[in-house]
Amino acid sequence: MKLDPGILRKRRLMNRFMIGLFHLAMIVSIGVLAAILIKLVADGVHSLAPSVFTMSTPAPGSKGGLFNAIVGSVLVVFFAILFAVPIGVLAGTYLAEYGRDSRFGHVVRFCNDILLSAPSIITGLFIYGLVVLPVGHFSGWAGALALCFIALPVIIRTTEDMLRLVPDTLREATIALGCPYWKMIVSIGWRAARPGIVTGIILALARISGETAPLLFTSLNNQFTSFSMNAPLSTLPIVIFQFAMSPYRDWQQLAWVGSLLITVTVLALSIFARLFSRRKT
Amino acid sequence: MNDNSPETKIKVSVKQLNFFYNDTLALKDISLDFPDRSVTALIGPSGCGKSTLLRVLNRMYDLYPGQRAEGRVEVDGENIISPGVTVSALRAKIGMVFQRPTPFPMSIYDNIAFPVRLYRRLPRQQMDELVEEVLSKAALWNEVKDKLNRSGLSLSGGQQQRLCIARTIAIKPEIVLLDEPASALDPISMGQIDELIEELRHEYCVIMVTHNLQQASRVSDYTAFLYLGELIEFDTTNAIFTSPKIKRTEDYITGRFG
Repeated sequence: MKLDPGILRKRRLMNRFMIGLFHLAMIVSIGVLAAILIKLVADGVHSLAPSVFTMSTPAPGSKGGLFNAIVGSVLVVFFAILFAVPIGVLAGTYLAEYGRDSRFGHVVRFCNDILLSAPSIITGLFIYGLVVLPVGHFSGWAGALALCFIALPVIIRTTEDMLRLVPDTLREATIALGCPYWKMIVSIGWRAARPGIVTGIILALARISGETAPLLFTSLNNQFTSFSMNAPLSTLPIVIFQFAMSPYRDWQQLAWVGSLLITVTVLALSIFARLFSRRKT
Repeated sequence: MNDNSPETKIKVSVKQLNFFYNDTLALKDISLDFPDRSVTALIGPSGCGKSTLLRVLNRMYDLYPGQRAEGRVEVDGENIISPGVTVSALRAKIGMVFQRPTPFPMSIYDNIAFPVRLYRRLPRQQMDELVEEVLSKAALWNEVKDKLNRSGLSLSGGQQQRLCIARTIAIKPEIVLLDEPASALDPISMGQIDELIEELRHEYCVIMVTHNLQQASRVSDYTAFLYLGELIEFDTTNAIFTSPKIKRTEDYITGRFG
């Protein structure tokens, strides 16, 4: 049948209109990101001096940097990920390989989904009650634990999803060679899912490096440089929170620099994660 | 094609086998003997139970709760579907190749070495020799000898399937199960797989599921025709394709149904 030119014209018009909408959506979302980056660079980059990386947070009116906050953030995030990765990968593996249809698996998966969307300040309060109150003081460990609980559900979820993408025929082919099930998971399942799992871990890392609320009740802050996880620790998000709210110009300026550092780090981690996931095994 | 000689040794003997997917009976009272050192083809329309039968022979159904077998399946006289059987030892004896190539996400070399290492530690040089030996047997050595460190996934579909066959025979099984091994491949690769099956028959008891009747008639010595979970007819391939005794078999192979 011959196509009515009217219908054709209408389709073309509709096509242009929809493509226009998609472009608009893209511009809005990229625009927000670009605006944040431009603002951060414009206001932060001129205060980015070597002293930011060598000196601790100053008293208002004196010279200083963010060294203690950077050290604290790295420590807290490092230990959080260190605890979250083994637990998360193992739990995700359990859900994908053993708990697919079991009742226990469904319960764990459901709880994990709730944890995934729990407000991070609740996690902070929970650790405050669980660790800070009994111990009697704020500490880096408490902060790491709070961030661990935020990274954990992300890692569990991505590990499970990535292992489920491994085709069952690959599992069967391994089992058919007489390979025990656990060894199949370790040697074939994890290997096939590795890029995805690592990407999930990096994204969890990016997520927790900017978290502020859970640290308010756990690692609190420290105006001196400390490497002790048993004492309160200064972290970038908390310093930004404190300094940005302050009336002092130099503190506000350091808050801008801190924001720039976190944003660039998170952006770099996300880009790295994308590149890694695209790499073929 | 050999015609069967009366003294052919029976490798696998299936006796009154019933198989269930939960409450659905998928194989009904199957009794069938698979001779050693020959190729037996299982043919029949989709859903007739050919693949199910194959998956009973290496206890693959163990992976899935709700699937169970009743009856006897004897390999060299031992009932392999009794609960006391060590399945990994059984599967070492019974290799399987699947419809879609399933190379492991590792190098071509390690695709062969991984299953071997499940069973024994070999010095590097012996492993090298074994890898070359089985890749040559699978008619793949010349194509991959310069890129053994490349990922198995970098090969073409036909090469991947030959890699999977090489991997299967690397652990020296006695029985090789082939689940439509050529149906996902192009005609040239398919021809290469058929030639390979010809070779395998001298050393193994080969049991092959196929939808392709030409392939069955070309490479197999015996043919079993299954329909709706029942074994309709089992005979030499020659007999099945030239003078089937049962009407339904004839209808199927002449393309009147299925």
